[in-house]
Amino acid sequence: MEMVLLLLLKSIVWIVVLLSIFAFLMLFERKFLGYFQLRLGPNRTGPWGLLQPVADAVKIIIKEDIIPREADRITYKLAPIASLFVALAAFASIPVGPPIELFGRTIELSIVNPNAGVLLLFATTSLGVYGITLGGWASQSKYSLLGALRSTAQMISYELSLGLSIIGVLILAGSLNLYDIVQAQERVWFVLLNPVGFLIFFISMFAETNRVPFDLPEAETELVSGYSTEYSGMRFGMFMIAEYINMITMSALAALLYLGGWNGPSFLPGIVWFALKVTLFIFIFIWVRATMPRLRYDRLMSFGWKVMLPVALANLVITAAAVSLF
Amino acid sequence: MLDQYTGVGVFLAVGALFVAVTLLAGKLLRPHNPYPEKLATYECGEIPVGEGQIKFHIRYYIFSLIFVVFDVETVFLYPWAVVFEEMGLFGFVVMMLFIGTLVEGLVYAWKKGALRWV
Repeated sequence: MEMVLLLLLKSIVWIVVLLSIFAFLMLFERKFLGYFQLRLGPNRTGPWGLLQPVADAVKIIIKEDIIPREADRITYKLAPIASLFVALAAFASIPVGPPIELFGRTIELSIVNPNAGVLLLFATTSLGVYGITLGGWASQSKYSLLGALRSTAQMISYELSLGLSIIGVLILAGSLNLYDIVQAQERVWFVLLNPVGFLIFFISMFAETNRVPFDLPEAETELVSGYSTEYSGMRFGMFMIAEYINMITMSALAALLYLGGWNGPSFLPGIVWFALKVTLFIFIFIWVRATMPRLRYDRLMSFGWKVMLPVALANLVITAAAVSLF
Repeated sequence: MLDQYTGVGVFLAVGALFVAVTLLAGKLLRPHNPYPEKLATYECGEIPVGEGQIKFHIRYYIFSLIFVVFDVETVFLYPWAVVFEEMGLFGFVVMMLFIGTLVEGLVYAWKKGALRWV
């Protein structure tokens, strides 16, 4: 009973924190994009635009919910919810710090801690395709359908290299549990032992979250934001929340697998180190968005299959050979 | 004792509560004023031509077929990677044969032009 209560409490805290991070992430992204382009970004609502998230939330909730006449109503309504759920389920297995002692009991800082944590994470993140595909298909709009198809093809292509790049880490750590993987990096971070794997993971991360330079599914200038063209109000908001939570999940995963998670010099607590590393990755997401142009679709696909996949396989073989030799 | 995976279910139930609350709040607050032009599918302001479910390229299917092969391979590699050190040289050689077979498949698909996006 106590376990259930603890779990409920943790779930509520997690969702509230995650949604507030999402809200301020939107602000930081717009603010930093503004600075990159020598603009000020949002600055009318509160000091430094800090009340912008509140304004956005109110605006998106009171917007009319338009469902196109042609649309498949049930699928259309459920797709954004599915997208959001998958994003949340993926975050459930991310630990955000070392276990802490509170009121005489040890509390793990993740919703769940299964032995096969990495496997659960990959199973849930690959489901992310469904929300987008169904949303695009149910809209019965040409732009949405094209966006959804592009998104599916891109996500499955880069999921392969993402999955293969991680096997290097698994060989080095000898475990699928995220706590064990962080433990194994106490002396040296895996980014130093497996730099090629990190590079592949890093590139695939952008493709998996549909971010620039791999944002072809949304491509504002050609597909009028792709799979979410027909959506409005809170349902559109859910797609946005899902996208940003996926971004946070991927940044957290990169920090856990390659940058040593919460390991760091002891003058700061572990959870702060972890937050700093995740922030670094999120900043890079925004930085890349401000810097890189969008890829052409055929180049994106051939890069995924003809460069990323062979390099990921080669990296796997070399890591395995090196580990069995030494 | 609570199973680890039910935790995901509890977390999602709380998530469902959030979804229900925001959608309900939206339903009470938002205007509802549909008319035929507003409900039309967006097509740059024109009246939509034909139906929304357009034909798309067969390429997408071919890529998803190759994907299925390699995705299953990746799943097979995960448990192997975990017990890699205990299995020693035998495990290494066996898995290299497995990966070699799949690389051969990739090379075949590549040579056949299945990876070319037209």
